[in-house]
Amino acid sequence: MALLEVRNLEVKFPLRQGELTALRDVSFSLDPGERLGIVGESGAGKSVAAFAILNLIGRPGYIAGGQVLFEGRDLSRLSATELRHIRGNRISMIFQDPMMTLNPVLTIGTQMIESLQAHRAISYTEARTLAIEKLRTVSIPSPDARIDQYPHELSGGMRQRVVIAIALLTDPTIIIADEPTTALDVTIQAEIMELLLALCENFSVALILITHDLGVVAQVTQRAIVMYAGRIVEEGATRSIIDSARHPYTQGLINALPERTRPGERLNQIPGLMPSLLDIPAGCAFHPRCPHTLTVCRFEVPDYSGSAQRRVACHWAGAHGEVL
Amino acid sequence: MLAFFVHRLGQALVVMFVISLLSFSIQDNLGDPLRELVGQSVSEAERQQLREAMGLNDPFVNQYGRFLKKALQGDLGDSYFFKRPALGVILEKLPATLELVLGATLIILLLSVPVGVYCAINPRSWFSKLMMGVSIVGISIPVFLTAIMLIYLFSIHLGWLPSFGRGETLLIWGGYETGLLTADGLRHLLLPSIALSSIMLPLFIRLIRSEMMEVLEQEYIRFAWARGLKRQRIWFLHALKNTLLPVITVGGVQIGTMIAYTILTERVFQWPGMGFLFLEAVNRVDTPLIIAYLIVVGLIFVVTNTLVDLIYGLVNPTVRLTRGNA
Repeated sequence: MALLEVRNLEVKFPLRQGELTALRDVSFSLDPGERLGIVGESGAGKSVAAFAILNLIGRPGYIAGGQVLFEGRDLSRLSATELRHIRGNRISMIFQDPMMTLNPVLTIGTQMIESLQAHRAISYTEARTLAIEKLRTVSIPSPDARIDQYPHELSGGMRQRVVIAIALLTDPTIIIADEPTTALDVTIQAEIMELLLALCENFSVALILITHDLGVVAQVTQRAIVMYAGRIVEEGATRSIIDSARHPYTQGLINALPERTRPGERLNQIPGLMPSLLDIPAGCAFHPRCPHTLTVCRFEVPDYSGSAQRRVACHWAGAHGEVL
Repeated sequence: MLAFFVHRLGQALVVMFVISLLSFSIQDNLGDPLRELVGQSVSEAERQQLREAMGLNDPFVNQYGRFLKKALQGDLGDSYFFKRPALGVILEKLPATLELVLGATLIILLLSVPVGVYCAINPRSWFSKLMMGVSIVGISIPVFLTAIMLIYLFSIHLGWLPSFGRGETLLIWGGYETGLLTADGLRHLLLPSIALSSIMLPLFIRLIRSEMMEVLEQEYIRFAWARGLKRQRIWFLHALKNTLLPVITVGGVQIGTMIAYTILTERVFQWPGMGFLFLEAVNRVDTPLIIAYLIVVGLIFVVTNTLVDLIYGLVNPTVRLTRGNA
């Protein structure tokens, strides 16, 4: 059985201009120890999907339908207390900007120890020892001194290591990382990504990696989901998605990778912008930007074709592509 | 820490110098001190002579220099009315005013934090909406009107609390009297304290509410939820500690302002403090007393702001007091 199974998840935000559907019909599953990438441009709904798993969508958003089954229990129906025992304990999160995720007025030690004590009956001294040990695991030099420092005394990369250490503290089964390297220096990005990958492998933690960077997805994940305008448009093994993308949007993303462009040439890009979620085009949401638009694309939302392991929601790919 | 104090002391000296200059320079515009000092029967020639003897006809710079020289030795001149050192007269009244400010500060601290936090956490509840409405009213009504309404309601109509004076006081160290140690004194303190807090309390509730609502939207609060912390800990440690940073800054200035408001409160409740004395001094053109009051209040401002900066440094780890710009 899958460790985590998201079924037909729908997330809405009631706004003054009308109700916005941030996620529609999102289904995917995650096996123990598996690493899954969720890719898409800003506004595709990938972060919302990540936060919806832990029922942490910011107000006024809410889960309008579907299920998030974790070990058979629907997280979207749990009480606040039951949910608290899962958040940060069984499922940890890593946020985007380590400059913003740590509380500036509390020491790193305080924030680590409270995380442990929130989920374990453990003494302060024991918790501190464990925290120092985790700081060492994420390769923070002289952790017994660092633990008493405040976040502002650490560099961005160090802070993200602390955040990863916090995520690992309670030996979770899943880590959800929302763009964990986007806010960091390019030189640090690879380091942090490698660290995260190594830790997930060593401790056999399942990882959901939210990113807009297909390169990172190729490097870290085994399976990938491509999202567009709140919907999954393609899913499959990462290799298969990179090597033989079926959806024109995924193909566009891959062509936009700088590696695909020769020096001196203009970078490839997908024309146009992601539509506002308040004003999603009829039919396939991608059709105004698509190079292969068919008549049917303008009227009919494409169904998924292929298998549960390798699927795509595209009229054109369904009609022209080889059998999946 | 030492550098901070030296820096602060330098600032304080400059501020005090400016205050002394300003307060001394207004004395010529307050009326003729001789009218109060001597009777009607003194002739104009004698008055001129007396002015000359007191140095009132000297150039301003000479007068101020003389004043400053004495002031540095703790002598702010004799009160024309009391015929005693003005500073001594003021300091005798200081405890009464400080007790009033203390009472109001306690009311503000004990009420503004819980109410402000509650309103931030439950912005849509009827209680929060009520508080937001009431606080606007509280801020808008002047202190003296609140005071009069309080007297009408609790003293005249209900007859629960006394309406004027300090009540029974106890003599403690150094000849100072306190009303905090007798039941009667505390009963007398209640209405003036409420009146004095009536503007600051709503202000602080609104300030804490809006600051906390902003803090609750921060990423580190969302991260705290994602870590599965108990909500009490998120609200009262993670959010409140960040909320208090701006509140402390504003609060320090407001405590000083509150001392100014005591003038009104003390007047209405016949509270024998510095503010009451100050109004009397103005009516009597008792210039040395007015100057002494302004300087003492200025000093209290400087001291409280320094304390506030110290507390701020304790709460906010990103501030290092050792740096000169702290």
